[in-house]
Amino acid sequence: MIDITDLHKSFGTKRVLRGVTLNIPRGESMVIIGGSGTGKSVLLKCILGLVKPDSGTIKVDGKDVTKVDRDAFLADFGMLFQGAALFDSMSVWQNVAFRLLRGSLKRPKDEARAIAVDKLRRVGLGPEVADLFPAELSGGMQKRVGLARAIAADPRIIFFDEPTTGLDPIMSGVINDLIKEIVVEMGATAMTITHDMSSVRAIADKVAMLHDGTIKWTGDVADLDTTSDPYVKQFIHGAAEGPIAAIR
Amino acid sequence: MILTPVATIGRSTLALLAGIGSVSLFFFRTLAAMLTPPFYFREFAQALITIGYNSLPVVGMTTLFTGGALALQIYAGGARFNAEEVVPSIVAIGMARELGPVLGGLMVAARVASSIAAEIGTMKVTEQIDALVTLSTDPMKYLTVPRVLAATISVPILVAVGDSIGIFGGYLVGTGRLGFNPAAYLKNTADFLEMWDIMSGIIKGAVFGFLVALIGCYHGMNSGRGAQGVGRATKSAVVSASVMIFAANYVLTELFFTA
Repeated sequence: MIDITDLHKSFGTKRVLRGVTLNIPRGESMVIIGGSGTGKSVLLKCILGLVKPDSGTIKVDGKDVTKVDRDAFLADFGMLFQGAALFDSMSVWQNVAFRLLRGSLKRPKDEARAIAVDKLRRVGLGPEVADLFPAELSGGMQKRVGLARAIAADPRIIFFDEPTTGLDPIMSGVINDLIKEIVVEMGATAMTITHDMSSVRAIADKVAMLHDGTIKWTGDVADLDTTSDPYVKQFIHGAAEGPIAAIR
Repeated sequence: MILTPVATIGRSTLALLAGIGSVSLFFFRTLAAMLTPPFYFREFAQALITIGYNSLPVVGMTTLFTGGALALQIYAGGARFNAEEVVPSIVAIGMARELGPVLGGLMVAARVASSIAAEIGTMKVTEQIDALVTLSTDPMKYLTVPRVLAATISVPILVAVGDSIGIFGGYLVGTGRLGFNPAAYLKNTADFLEMWDIMSGIIKGAVFGFLVALIGCYHGMNSGRGAQGVGRATKSAVVSASVMIFAANYVLTELFFTA
């Protein structure tokens, strides 16, 4: 489904990605773990075309993402941003239905609103939230709205960027469960980047460890606790001692 | 040690040239985005209201007081040559050719370039612009084009209204304070004001509006991280839009009124 081969990206003299190679099969939920500043977000943005890689290839369904029609390509994607990234000048339902109100997926306003309300219900928010503005919502509610927006157009691929950052443990659990349910229900391929181990265990089918711009380990989530990989062991145990420098 | 000032000048020159190149590229990208669909009419209409209609009070107040002050100044200056009667015509020509467009442009720069840069800069640092891209929406078409088009269309209208209010300010002071006959004041204004005086100011307004919105969008899109980055983008937008207005005003005045 998503094939990344020898991906490199530098910003000035800082080499962020140094040859990332990764495969995400169709219908699987891949979680990429790694410390802050290891290039997780850059990798995700490279796939979406928000950042242009220096070299390497990214293929989705065998097609090079730099050579496909951008609109059609992005129509297959949904993304939940770290801070939800809701448009604060629009009401909640207009945020959720953004894609359905313009562009190639445009449909009548009433229909778009009905879909938005349905997607809000799917993430546990009632219709009374639809006409509120993002500033009137709590952090957890904003994440839910962001999730509803990500799934509004029934995408085949969904990306989650630090989905539980800034949430309390209970709300984190709720969001993790929602993500898992929705990904399974939609049969979507998911890629999540996080350093929250509870998210990893709740969401992942497979896990990849990114450090120093390369993938150090990939495997099933069930193998996470038994692997002998020193990077993974240090990371999941939160140990200061190990190959990952505590001060970066 | 002796090379330090030279290095500083060199770095500043390179930064200036890089900035000019970057703004030029942004200008061409905006033009390209203007000429290709999709067009976002709702965003354009919204921008017309926020940039044009909502700027009316500040432009009106500025030009009203400037027209009045101009009448007083011309009267005092004209008295040295026994030429007090030129007040109506000079107020009208001065407002239409220079003060209407320049003051209108500056007020819009202060009010609009700052808010555009702050709004788009905040959208950038909160990943809303990235979100637009993932929702198959080109930020240049969705954010920049509606604002630039709205400013290009609404600022000349603001200038025309500002000209009228400024001339009215001169009329109020001329007839109320300086003892001009109201009918004679209006006749003098109408007799000496030519269509080209008005049109040149309106063309200037269109150019200033384009520049103000373009610069506001440019600084917003290139905003740095965090509150400090947005603050710096906002300040840079106002400063560079104001300087651009004065520079463009000189160039346009050369083009329109020499040779």
